[in-house]
Amino acid sequence: MTTRRAAYEARQRRRANLLAGGSTAVVLILLIVLVPLAPGWEGVQASFFNAEIFARTFPDLLSAFLINIAIFAWSVPLIAALGLAIALARGARAPVLFPLRIFGAIYVDLFRGIPVVLLVYLVGFGIPGLGLPRPWNSPYIWGTVALVLTYSAYVAEVLRSGIESIHESQRNAAVCLGLSERDTMRYVVLPQAIRRVVPANMNMLVALQKDVALLSFIGPVEILRQAGIFKSLLANFTPYVAAAVIFLCVTVPATRYADYLMNRDRNART
Amino acid sequence: MPEPRLALRGVKKSFGDVEVLHGIDLAVNPGEMVCLIGASGSGKSTLLRCMNGLEPVDDGEVRLDGVDIAEPGFDLAPIRQKIGIVFQSFNLFPHMTAYDNVALAPRRVLAEDARTRIEALFERFGLAAHMGKYPDQLSGGQQQRVAVIRALAMRPQTMLFDEITSALDPELVDEVLDVLRSLRDDGMTMVLATHEMGFARELADRICFMDKGVIAEEGAPDLIFSTPQRERTKQFLASVLR
Repeated sequence: MTTRRAAYEARQRRRANLLAGGSTAVVLILLIVLVPLAPGWEGVQASFFNAEIFARTFPDLLSAFLINIAIFAWSVPLIAALGLAIALARGARAPVLFPLRIFGAIYVDLFRGIPVVLLVYLVGFGIPGLGLPRPWNSPYIWGTVALVLTYSAYVAEVLRSGIESIHESQRNAAVCLGLSERDTMRYVVLPQAIRRVVPANMNMLVALQKDVALLSFIGPVEILRQAGIFKSLLANFTPYVAAAVIFLCVTVPATRYADYLMNRDRNART
Repeated sequence: MPEPRLALRGVKKSFGDVEVLHGIDLAVNPGEMVCLIGASGSGKSTLLRCMNGLEPVDDGEVRLDGVDIAEPGFDLAPIRQKIGIVFQSFNLFPHMTAYDNVALAPRRVLAEDARTRIEALFERFGLAAHMGKYPDQLSGGQQQRVAVIRALAMRPQTMLFDEITSALDPELVDEVLDVLRSLRDDGMTMVLATHEMGFARELADRICFMDKGVIAEEGAPDLIFSTPQRERTKQFLASVLR
């Protein structure tokens, strides 16, 4: 049995689907028909969407992507630890720890204020320039350091906002039980704060995953640099498109997952 | 005359330019149960929060077992174990089970694994089946009882209760009041800010009627409720006892 309301809503839904489907089809058809009519289309197709080159370079690009994943994987724990340390330093209240607080503030201002790519250049070329012995002149190390410096500054701010979002009554309850400031932070405030900023940090991870490609500018043959090598070798831009496809395969699910967490969080709080 | 467990003298407290306590004098003897009644904003909660140092007082003395804890710079941490407080809004830690909520402070502050003692408290207040649940899986009345257990696990000699039934659905109030009755039977020293007039009349040793930051009238429950002396007390009681 359908109620009047259900029947009405079904009609409305059918109508909405029809309109959405129709307008999408029109746009797609226009794209398919009009884009190839552009004067340079044949050239673009040959140099960006060459199926044969795509198939030939894809496996090598994929294995170069493993380097991105490796750099990403060892950056994340460093970023988490340093970000947490900076967030705590910025929240330190004791007068003795004032230098720490100032340091935290300067750190965040500095490394959030410099474009990542610039920091990658400065650290990645500058520090090995000191003439350090192997392996301490490796661009892997210093490129990673640049990423860690930048991202830990962002993560510190996200964590700090999480810490400040925990209601004063939670601190009061802990303090009235006799818990020390330190235990209150460790057992009561931080666990709740970290949980609360998981969605925001997921977005950080997605951004970091992409920014690993910036290390290509200073040496490591990760996916972007590998694509550049293929481009020079084959005089064709298709490897870049292939690299983009590989990135999307990782970042789209990750972004969707972050959105899902964010929504769940919002729904849980209302 | 025994020394009072808690003695306040001339306690003043301001928030910004607004003075909310205008010099409170109050003594609570060991084993006594004192109820603070009065309209919202009369200063009951602030007074309670001054009693355990959660709000620093601006002037006056708060003596707990003879020690002035209102002394500026006084280290309150050791005092917190002697005086427990339960809030209107429960303030349980939402990321911990009921048991962990209770066990945290004994473990960290007293360095004691108080499992048997804590389990006995859960048992006593009818929550043995709920120890492993998270606060959002418990009813308001259950959460508030866990909050009481959490305070009791520190073995306080004095308990403060800040309108602990005001946020509860009416049918859940009794289960929390029963907890207070049980503590009363133990001889716990208690100070309650409450709107439960029937309960205050039944169990309190003394009622303090607060009005605009002063204790306007105080005395035995029967006297306050049957023959209030001050006009303001009569008005208040008339409005709440309708």
